[in-house]
Amino acid sequence: MQNVLQIVWLIPFLPLIGFLINGLFRKQLSKSLIAIIACTTVLASFVLSIWVFLQVKGGNSHVAEYFNLISAGSLKVPFAFQIDALSSLFLLIITGIGFIIHVYSTSYMKEETREHYGRYFSYLNLFVFSMLLLVMGANYVIMYLGWEGVALCSYLLIGYWFKNTEFSKAANKAFIMNRIGDLAFLLALFWIFSKTGSLNFDVVFSKGPLLDSSDITIITLLLFFGATAKSAQIPLYTWLPDAMAGPTPVSALIHAATMVNAGIYMITRSEALYSLAPVTQNVVAITGLATAILAATIALKQNDIKKVLAYSTVSQLGYIFLALGLGAYTAGIFHVMTHAFFKALLFLAAGSVIHAMGGEQDIRKMGGLKGKLKITYITFVVGCLAISGIPPFSGFFSKDAILLSAFEHNKVLYVLALFGALLTAYYMFRLLFLTFNGSFRGTQEQKDHLHEGPATMTLSLIVLAILSFAGGFIGIPEVFATGGDKLSEFLSPVVPVFREGAVSHSTEIILMVLTAVLVIVVIVMAWLRFRKYQQVEEKGIGKFLENKWYVDELYDNVIVNPLSRFGDFLKNVFDRSVVDGLVNGVGRLVNYGSRQIRLLQSGQVTGYVLLMVLSMLLIFVVQFFLRK
Amino acid sequence: MPVNYYIFLSLALFAIGIVGVLVRRNAIVFFMCIEIMLNAVNLLLVAFSKMHHANQAAGLANVGIDGQLFVFFIMVVAAAEVSVGLAIIVMLFRNVHSVNVNFLNRLKH
Amino acid sequence: MIPVLFILIPLISGLALFFFKNEKTAKSFALFSSLITLAVAVSGLTFLNDNKFLQYSHGWLSFLGSSFAVKVDGMGQILCLLTAISYPAIFISTWKNEYHKAGNFFGLMMLEQAGLMGVFVAMDALLFYFFWELALVPIYFLSSMWGGEKRVRATFRFFIYTFLGSVLMLVAIIYLFSQTKDHSFSIESFYSLGKVIPGKTQSWLFWMMFLAFAIKMPVFPFHTWQPDLYEQSNTPTTMVLSAVIVKMGVFACFRWLLPVVSIASFQWGDVVTSLAVIGILYASLIAIRQDDLKRFVAYSSIAHIGLMCATIFSETEIGFQGVMIQMFNHGINILGLWIVVEMIEGQTGTRKISELGGLAQKAPSLALFAVIVGLANLALPLTNAFIGEFMMFNGIFSSDSTRYHIVFTALAAISIILVSVYILNMIRKVFYGDDNQITREAKDIKWNSKLVLSVIVIIIIWLGIYPDSMLNLTRSLSESILKSSDVIHLLSGK
Repeated sequence: MQNVLQIVWLIPFLPLIGFLINGLFRKQLSKSLIAIIACTTVLASFVLSIWVFLQVKGGNSHVAEYFNLISAGSLKVPFAFQIDALSSLFLLIITGIGFIIHVYSTSYMKEETREHYGRYFSYLNLFVFSMLLLVMGANYVIMYLGWEGVALCSYLLIGYWFKNTEFSKAANKAFIMNRIGDLAFLLALFWIFSKTGSLNFDVVFSKGPLLDSSDITIITLLLFFGATAKSAQIPLYTWLPDAMAGPTPVSALIHAATMVNAGIYMITRSEALYSLAPVTQNVVAITGLATAILAATIALKQNDIKKVLAYSTVSQLGYIFLALGLGAYTAGIFHVMTHAFFKALLFLAAGSVIHAMGGEQDIRKMGGLKGKLKITYITFVVGCLAISGIPPFSGFFSKDAILLSAFEHNKVLYVLALFGALLTAYYMFRLLFLTFNGSFRGTQEQKDHLHEGPATMTLSLIVLAILSFAGGFIGIPEVFATGGDKLSEFLSPVVPVFREGAVSHSTEIILMVLTAVLVIVVIVMAWLRFRKYQQVEEKGIGKFLENKWYVDELYDNVIVNPLSRFGDFLKNVFDRSVVDGLVNGVGRLVNYGSRQIRLLQSGQVTGYVLLMVLSMLLIFVVQFFLRK
Repeated sequence: MPVNYYIFLSLALFAIGIVGVLVRRNAIVFFMCIEIMLNAVNLLLVAFSKMHHANQAAGLANVGIDGQLFVFFIMVVAAAEVSVGLAIIVMLFRNVHSVNVNFLNRLKH
Repeated sequence: MIPVLFILIPLISGLALFFFKNEKTAKSFALFSSLITLAVAVSGLTFLNDNKFLQYSHGWLSFLGSSFAVKVDGMGQILCLLTAISYPAIFISTWKNEYHKAGNFFGLMMLEQAGLMGVFVAMDALLFYFFWELALVPIYFLSSMWGGEKRVRATFRFFIYTFLGSVLMLVAIIYLFSQTKDHSFSIESFYSLGKVIPGKTQSWLFWMMFLAFAIKMPVFPFHTWQPDLYEQSNTPTTMVLSAVIVKMGVFACFRWLLPVVSIASFQWGDVVTSLAVIGILYASLIAIRQDDLKRFVAYSSIAHIGLMCATIFSETEIGFQGVMIQMFNHGINILGLWIVVEMIEGQTGTRKISELGGLAQKAPSLALFAVIVGLANLALPLTNAFIGEFMMFNGIFSSDSTRYHIVFTALAAISIILVSVYILNMIRKVFYGDDNQITREAKDIKWNSKLVLSVIVIIIIWLGIYPDSMLNLTRSLSESILKSSDVIHLLSGK
């Protein structure tokens, strides 16, 4: 274990090195060298992560301290990493999927010039670094460093094609939305610090039970609000669909597989606090469920292949939050993992489609691609099956765990969650059928251009497809195999498993079958509806959904525009007239006063004498009365 | 004789001087009024000096002469002032043919 | 000896510079002198870090109870270092600028440096006042003789404004002097008054002194001189103003306000903090809608300084240390921002954000530096400003001296959203998107600005990763300031 501590810092450090080399020498290095540096650093981290993972398997947990980041007064923040089951699992996900996406990107971004190629990979490496920092931090400040670091990388990568104004606007939106969450996160940190006197996880969690319940509720709510920004939940989810402006592998890496899990990781990490705050847990669960359904309804009517996937991400994250809110942390983490697999797969497959279509993203202009893009098609199907929860694909196990805990908790939650799951199947298969079935609806030029990507791309897809298929087997429920739930067992040292009112095995099986049957029915419905593409003008509720419930417009009109109008008012009216006016007013008053007083100097000697006499008299009188 | 008589007399003289300065416009009269005021002060100084001296134990020879000495100073200064002032007035009269002080506010402009 | 050198080197070279006729020699000599000062500052930080070198005292106006007592303590070290760094940085980055009567220009610049250094090292109230005024006069000439069209009016207003504050401060200093037991202007005698003078008298003294500092910082609503002056003044002067001179106000609150009129500082803390918090939000909102780059930077500076002001009156050790390193960080960051603005204006001839666009293609290095400096300004983690802001917010939050600490923190912290809005929007509008007629001809920055910006970026990253290197300097000082200004026990004991 000791040697783990000695080299664990290498895990985030290696991608940082990659970032520095690629960032500083992007003009000198050749493209292939850039790709090799970027990929090997992440691969090396991945290998180290596996090693760390094997070390902590027995339930070990270690904190490695390096130096003091801040020490002022009672505030002591060491730069320290925490290695335990939870963080090592995330390390695997981040570096593993990160590596695959790096490899995929080497071909996807091939047409970029050398300088931009280097820029792209340095950003990717920086992202991996920040994310690793986030999950490895042994206190909230280190976590916050990574927390904002990923927001930065997201900003840089969404605005990667900075010539396009819309893209850089989307980048700004992502960063600013995340900052709103950061504000809550920071306030939570200050609150924690003022109540517990520390920000280190071990101290905070051990002191958790001593705090007032109101304090805990506020802290956890603030933390949760922070998480809603990063993990795209109501009310701060709107940046994520816009974030699709970035290159597709970025969407896969950041906006599907890793960064959006930051909020989930943070809440799971703070499980010790959340389990003390039932109010917050309810808020988390309800927000998660509402987001899941809201995003699913929007996804039904989107026509941009990446937007559909983006909303599906939001929706799946909603499920994970539902699980967290219900206290089913393991189920949540399980879904994080499987979701990372299949969402990365879906995005990369979508990237392959976009690549083949020469940048086209509108599914109305696709169709019939399965002939030309065989591997992409098959892997995409695997992804769809996984996300829809068809047994025995990975999504089935993880989603089932969430649904089951919802059922155990509250039947209404269960029904709504099931409804959301059906929506998921419907929109995913709508996407699949519209893209790959039917006849091609693009231009002739695009049709001739259609081709499968190079081996690096297809290989990445295949690896992810295998993971999406088999990833669920680490968490087989007790019903099927005793001791099959390896994941819970692995995580149990960090995240205790609570099961209240567990249902019997027969009920559990009935529920599973019910879910599976319903999902298949929905898929068939989608098949009937979208097998052949029909152009329809959306009306009524369809239009409402297509326009994403007008949430963006609502935010613009309620928050953004009034604030900027207020800013204009302050700038043009208040600052000029009132504040400046007051200052100038004082000056003018002095000016005016002296001009008036000047008139006393008339040059008439008698006037002066009179004034003198009168003042003397005045002084006498005043003195006379003062004496009294 | 009580000092009050002297005080009231000099007060009266002083008041006459002030009123003269305030109401008359003739520079010569001005001067005369100023002289009256100065003499009012002189009178007071002498009177106080005398009273002061009378009540003083005669330990020191020159105690109480201060006031009377001052009067001489004032007289000298007043004489100098009058001589300069009258010269100015004469020059003014030659230039503007008037000794009315209301015409003499040219410095203002 | 070091503090004397801090004052003497710029003073002598400044006076000498007035006799230089050739622009090139004047420029080189000024740079040379500022580099020597920097070397002294660095040696004072490292191998001459001993009280023997950092302290000096000599009789001066002893009949008034005043002496030439100077000392470089932790906060002084930070600020002298900031001053020493910013001067060469300013000279190098504006190397290409031309001035008529260059000798006078650089001479005044160096005199300004002498005044600033004096303010930061003075340990005697009269000496402090002397240097405070000395730092005001050159800036008046600098910005009224070289700059934009309306410079005279803007400078005049600045002068009247700050001078009014200074005079009131002088009155307060003299009153305090008359109250000292040993009739002395020395800092120890002044500190001993903090808990002695009754609260009511202190209130008057507090406002007389705070007004001077508030105008300098500036705190809302005393800020209106700043945008006008920044807009009209020449760039080197603006850089000195925003990087160093505004820190005088913050610095003076620490050294001459909190420990000297402690009771009043405590009593009026809420009022001042409210003003500062209003100022933060107010300036941020204006910055969002600002179109002129210079005014933009001015308002962003007002917002940042407002946070420092709010933190000072929270009277916590974490906050104190946060403000102290943030003074340095803010100076460095805003220097970088000014260089970027100067380069943009130099390349395109305009400062209107709405007229710019697409500069990232034309000037990639400039864009890179602008993004890093911009991110440092919005206090991104792993840049220098983050630790400072984190500690300052934390300080306000954990403050005992006000009941509204949570409200203050929450409101002040909204600025982290607003600051990202305006910085990112500025970057987007200026650098991203397609180029237009104005930006088409723009070229990338030259070696001199690149050098300075690289140094700035290194400092930004270094202090972002290892802030403890600077926190170590201020630790004992902030403890002692807190101890001498802590009146809560005193008041609750009554």
